[in-house]
Amino acid sequence: MDTTTLAEVSGNVATIGYGLAAIGPGIGLGILIGKTIEGMARQPEVAGQLRTTMFIGVAFVEVLALLGLITGFLFT
Amino acid sequence: MRILALEGALHAAVAETSDAASSDSSGFFGWLFGSDGFHAPSISEFYPDALAFAGTIFEFNRIELVRVIAAFFMILIFWLVARSAKIVPGRGQAVVEMVLDFVRVQIVEEVMGKERAKRFVPFLTTLFIAIVFFNMTGVIPFLNIAGTSLIGLPIIMALWVYVMYLSVGIKKHGLGGYLKANLFPPGVPKPIYLLLTPIEFLQVFILRPATLALRLAANMIAGHLLLVLCFAATQYFFFEATGALKAAGVVSLAAGFGFTLFEIFVALLQAYVFVMLSSVYLNMALEEEH
Repeated sequence: MDTTTLAEVSGNVATIGYGLAAIGPGIGLGILIGKTIEGMARQPEVAGQLRTTMFIGVAFVEVLALLGLITGFLFT
Repeated sequence: MRILALEGALHAAVAETSDAASSDSSGFFGWLFGSDGFHAPSISEFYPDALAFAGTIFEFNRIELVRVIAAFFMILIFWLVARSAKIVPGRGQAVVEMVLDFVRVQIVEEVMGKERAKRFVPFLTTLFIAIVFFNMTGVIPFLNIAGTSLIGLPIIMALWVYVMYLSVGIKKHGLGGYLKANLFPPGVPKPIYLLLTPIEFLQVFILRPATLALRLAANMIAGHLLLVLCFAATQYFFFEATGALKAAGVVSLAAGFGFTLFEIFVALLQAYVFVMLSSVYLNMALEEEH
């Protein structure tokens, strides 16, 4: 029996690569910023400190998404 | 344009499709409206043809011209305001003072505290305003590309911050003290340093400046590609597509305007994030050992 192709994908896999790469950082940023807002709501007086710490964390998480963007251009 | 065709799971074939640039180019309108299929934007957007000095290291292209224009207007605006600065500010001066105040109060003093911030406010304000101006050219008609969307300019800015935080840290703690505070953070069991020290080394010496530059450039690249995609699709839908597809042009045009507004927001946000992180890094370099 011949194998029949039921579905075929054509095009560059890099097209969806960034979408995949953005999932993790997206979830990460959501948790990170959500938790910071939670903290700010509980203790508004430390909002400034929390925001600063959040941005340090955001910098870490965002790097992953940026690497995803860059690799898309590097490996095509 | 290069199309990578994936057939099944294993067989990949590279097919080079060179689209002939042969529209019936009858003058300006032929060039403007004539088209041969849809052109998706690519990274080559950021390597335009040289305007002058082609082939030399002084090659001057459109993006550099945009940078020069942005720098010129930045200097012009601040020169005009500073020339006639009054104690009771006029309208223009009030706007500029608001921006300067925002950086000082909302970013630098918030992170460092009033006393420590004094030294760094001029430096960080310069960075903020320069980044805002170079980012904004991405949404200004006829300029249409951010000066920071080629990695060179962000690298210079990030190196500036890098040298700055290393030098103030070393000046304050001495070379040994600075390295000890950064590479061997106190309060963890000894064996953990095997893991922690290499990570911290990467952090301080490579990742911080690299990500500062990459974040800014990547955001501007992505923004420009989004805008090009929206407006190129609009052109394609209106003038090339047939039938009901033409209506999709309305959506992509609206999306183009929406993303333009979004890009203005991103331009400001990236300037904020860059300066925020710079002041955090400077503050970390200066912090006392706990």
